[in-house]
Amino acid sequence: MSPELINLIIQATFESLYMVGIAALLGTAFGLPLGVFLATSRKGELFAAPIVNRVLGIVVNATRSTPFIILVVAIIPFTRLVAGTSIGSSAAIVPLTIASTPFIARLVEAAIREVDGGLIETASSFGASPLQIVFKVLIPEALPGLLLALTLAVVSLLGYSAMVGAVGGGGLGDLGIRYGYQRFMPEMMLAVVVVLIALVQLVQSAGDYLARRVNRRLRHH
Amino acid sequence: MNAHQSLAVGQPIAPPEAMSLLATEPDAMVRFAGISKTYPAYRGKPGVNALQDIDFAIPRGSITGVIGRSGAGKSSLVRLINGLEKPTTGQVVVDGRNISALAGRDLRLAQRSIGMIFQHFNLLSSRTAADNIALPLEIAGWAKADINSRVSELLALVGIADKHDRYPSELSGGQKQRVGIARALATRPSVLLSDEATSALDPQTTRAILDLLANINRELGVTIVLITHEMSVVRQLAKEVVVLDAGHVVESGDVADIFTQPKHPITQSFLTEVIGDSLPVSLASRIVAAPPAGGQAVIRLQVRGAGAGDTLVARLARELGLDVALLSARIDEIGGQHVGSLVLGIPLGISSGEDAVTRTLAFLSQHQFPAEHLGYVA
Repeated sequence: MSPELINLIIQATFESLYMVGIAALLGTAFGLPLGVFLATSRKGELFAAPIVNRVLGIVVNATRSTPFIILVVAIIPFTRLVAGTSIGSSAAIVPLTIASTPFIARLVEAAIREVDGGLIETASSFGASPLQIVFKVLIPEALPGLLLALTLAVVSLLGYSAMVGAVGGGGLGDLGIRYGYQRFMPEMMLAVVVVLIALVQLVQSAGDYLARRVNRRLRHH
Repeated sequence: MNAHQSLAVGQPIAPPEAMSLLATEPDAMVRFAGISKTYPAYRGKPGVNALQDIDFAIPRGSITGVIGRSGAGKSSLVRLINGLEKPTTGQVVVDGRNISALAGRDLRLAQRSIGMIFQHFNLLSSRTAADNIALPLEIAGWAKADINSRVSELLALVGIADKHDRYPSELSGGQKQRVGIARALATRPSVLLSDEATSALDPQTTRAILDLLANINRELGVTIVLITHEMSVVRQLAKEVVVLDAGHVVESGDVADIFTQPKHPITQSFLTEVIGDSLPVSLASRIVAAPPAGGQAVIRLQVRGAGAGDTLVARLARELGLDVALLSARIDEIGGQHVGSLVLGIPLGISSGEDAVTRTLAFLSQHQFPAEHLGYVA
């Protein structure tokens, strides 16, 4: 493989990492509070707001049911509004963030709901405020689950990022389609797939390691 | 944070002389006045009257047991004391404050003077023993240095100073409950609520935890409310008891009084758990209605009170001249009083059979032992 092609792969890898990294950060920034709220706002819960909960649930489900490639195209005006352009890696971060936020929110909701309700009652009985319960009980206790959720989100984003080539987002997926498929260069396709597999492995292993490290539930000495 | 400067374990409060459940207002640590609690119907489930007409007081410095079967309303009662739930009617006054009228920040401040321990310990798995104990102090906004010294003091108080950095998954059930107790005491509460705190522990560990609670009551003067369905817990620790059934207080008062003279069937059934009410199978199967020649009459008598049964058999033998046989006996101690039953065999002899039974029953009646004639054995 020629040095130019290798350079292309390296450049595309950085584009992918850039898009996925920023989208994962933003998706977590929006998805974590949203997920905590979804997990604590049903009737009788910490931030009880059943109607808001229901509405947000519907919005989350609607976003998650929209195929990503359609989402990318459908929100082009919004993307232009936010990023100033609808083309390129930076612009691609907008649909990636919008797709990952509800995904992360649902994973966060599930992880938070796993926390024993007795702990919420315990903290309440000490006079903890709802926010103290979130930051001192729910998030620390759900941390292993949250880290695994984030890992899953990053892996999914790597997959999604392959589709943003449709709006000139660049990245590994785009490279694979344009060179590997359209120019019929199977060695390029293979290289892209190998890099993606390596990235997913790396992310998953790192996530598993961190989740194991913070999980004190089943550790014995 | 002036109140936290002193690191003394707590000011011992001398228990008041009279610890009656009719305690007047100044003596009461917790007072229920006209309490009812109704859970409205929800999603097809019918409404529930969890508590009705609850009026009693828990004396300051006492160890008071609240005993009842599951569904009797114990959990609702304890959640009213720490303000996690509001009564439908009436008020709950804790240490002079009407906790049912408080909300938001005021309630959260009041809750710091009410500690609670739980059946399943409810420790944070992500925190060490020390950090679990620190949690209520962090919530109360203590300074880091104050928290550290208070936590060390508490770990020593509950006897697990060496478990400072252990996570709950590395501790035994008894050690976890010790952490729970230390955590509950962290903010120097005046009341400690124990919600079935020993129900998940083996008998030996239960005894150790109950001893610890008794020490804490004695040394810190903390009023302890024991919510339990286990008679053994009330028997070992409580001086006062409240018997709950179907949302009502059916009996309340001094443990020895209540359990030596149980009036309500549910109280009787709790007593039965301790002393039993059935005869040994080998004995029960041999009892017949007609007196066999040369057999024995079987008489069961109830023993209630301090030292009540100690010399009874000897006196029967001496005063009535009968070779009384002890067929079965079960006596236990509740609140310093003996409670139990004896099953005696009275020899019928050749001629004076019925006479011996009559004389024995008269003797027992005269000495105020409730007795019944169950039949005869050969």
